[in-house]
Amino acid sequence: MIEYENILSEKVKSIKFSGIRKFFDIAASMDNIISLSVGEPDFKTPFTIRKAAIRTLEKGKTAYTANAGMAELRQEISGYLKDRINVEYDPAHEIIVTVGGSEAIDVSFRAILNDGDEVLIPEPSFVCYAPLVTMAGGVPVTIETKAENLFKLTPEQLLEKITPKTKALVLPYPNNPTGAVMRRSELEAIADVLRERSIMVISDEIYSELTFGGERHVSISEIDGMKERTIVINGFSKAFAMTGWRLGYAAGPAPIMLQMLKLHQYGIMCSPTVSQYAAITALRECRSDVEYMVSEYDMRRRLIVDGFNRMGLPCFEPEGAFYVFPCIKSTGLTSQEFCQRLIYEKQVAVVPGDAFGDCGEGFIRVSYAYSISHITTALSRIKEFIDELNG
Amino acid sequence: MKKLADLLRSNARLTNEQLAVMLGKTKEDVEKEIKQLEDDGIIIGYSAIINEEEYDKNCVTAFIELKVSPQADCGYDEIAQEIAQYPQVDSVYLMSGSFDLSVTIRGTNLREVALFVSDCLAPIEGVLSTTTHFILRRFKEKGTEFPERSNDERSLVSP
Repeated sequence: MIEYENILSEKVKSIKFSGIRKFFDIAASMDNIISLSVGEPDFKTPFTIRKAAIRTLEKGKTAYTANAGMAELRQEISGYLKDRINVEYDPAHEIIVTVGGSEAIDVSFRAILNDGDEVLIPEPSFVCYAPLVTMAGGVPVTIETKAENLFKLTPEQLLEKITPKTKALVLPYPNNPTGAVMRRSELEAIADVLRERSIMVISDEIYSELTFGGERHVSISEIDGMKERTIVINGFSKAFAMTGWRLGYAAGPAPIMLQMLKLHQYGIMCSPTVSQYAAITALRECRSDVEYMVSEYDMRRRLIVDGFNRMGLPCFEPEGAFYVFPCIKSTGLTSQEFCQRLIYEKQVAVVPGDAFGDCGEGFIRVSYAYSISHITTALSRIKEFIDELNG
Repeated sequence: MKKLADLLRSNARLTNEQLAVMLGKTKEDVEKEIKQLEDDGIIIGYSAIINEEEYDKNCVTAFIELKVSPQADCGYDEIAQEIAQYPQVDSVYLMSGSFDLSVTIRGTNLREVALFVSDCLAPIEGVLSTTTHFILRRFKEKGTEFPERSNDERSLVSP
């Protein structure tokens, strides 16, 4: 009999499943759940994009593309980045099209990390960074961002964690789960710390289009001296409601992209061809669809923030992504207790904040990628729950 | 005001307070703007989007194309307004193209609608011909798909 424990990689075994998974199992076992836990848009991919994809299938365009992605698509991405963050990326050497932002994050780490290199990861944040750093031989080092700083990374916190072994900083803004955004002046302060050091920034900007409050999204790569030390990660999932198409990209310095391309080439070959064609249409023709979706999210955002504040769960106004992160400490429950009781007693699913890092304890992540009527129903159930808790 | 009207078009049951929050305005502003829209005749009423066939299995809705000879002094207006008086009539439009008036009628059964056409519409002076089309199945109504997509295909919880 084969002993799988001896077969499996020690490194893989050391990685834990995401805390979200346990919660998913509870939700999946129950009926009539109203979920506010989903991390993807409720909009379908704009019809123009779907039609374009269907057309390419009809024409039989089903072969591999260039490893780095179709030249035409990289050209469009380059134009898009110039337009949105005013940074020039050479489509031939500085952009790789990947299978979602996730793959771009993975190959970024693997391209730069040597055993023992430290990667700074602000938390609360998306669940993939630390495990991917570990698998790449690096050491994840957490920076706990604070509610009083609106969950932004401060230069002081950054300096505190930098050691001679620090190789990279993950900058996950607009942030999942908090909705925090780093504005230009805040990024300047971070850039001031990094500029004289050999530390790369992995700037995960997958929610960049979902930036609210008038000022546009700013990338750290557009700050003086930062383009050469930044890998920008972005993709089509959130902005164009294209999660299932699995298409993202990395843009960064050519010497790093060249090494990333090897990993991508051997591990993936190329991103799905049909998705690449769809993405070209998305960038060329669907900017107004994005605007429409963003303005819908913006209205829901106001509605849900107001709802939580009214029921006595203080909620700072998130400036990006499609999550709110209300504080539930006043209930005396832990995040896990709160979420479990809420799902059992009121059939509403939200995600405990500690799933995104220990410092998320005392908070819950609530997604507003749902229709207005869905949101209002869920809010009234949560209010009932809070009222009953308060007796 | 356009955003306000758009919001009400897709969900007229939002409270003024909710509308105010969503639009980043005060409740008083929203009240004032709604009143303005009503006074200006922009918003002329509020209604629910009802899945009629689900609500009443026998219910029948028909589109009737009318060819009409226009009258000298008032064109199509008088006939259109006369037709609009009937409570069975949901909508009346003057159309471009191969016929003149489009009339929507809802009845409790097929016979009722057919009789309405033959007894009430066809005899009106100036009505030259009628063509009745019955709705067999609804797929989308006022921007809402039928039957409303009840299953969110996304997984319940995702990172």
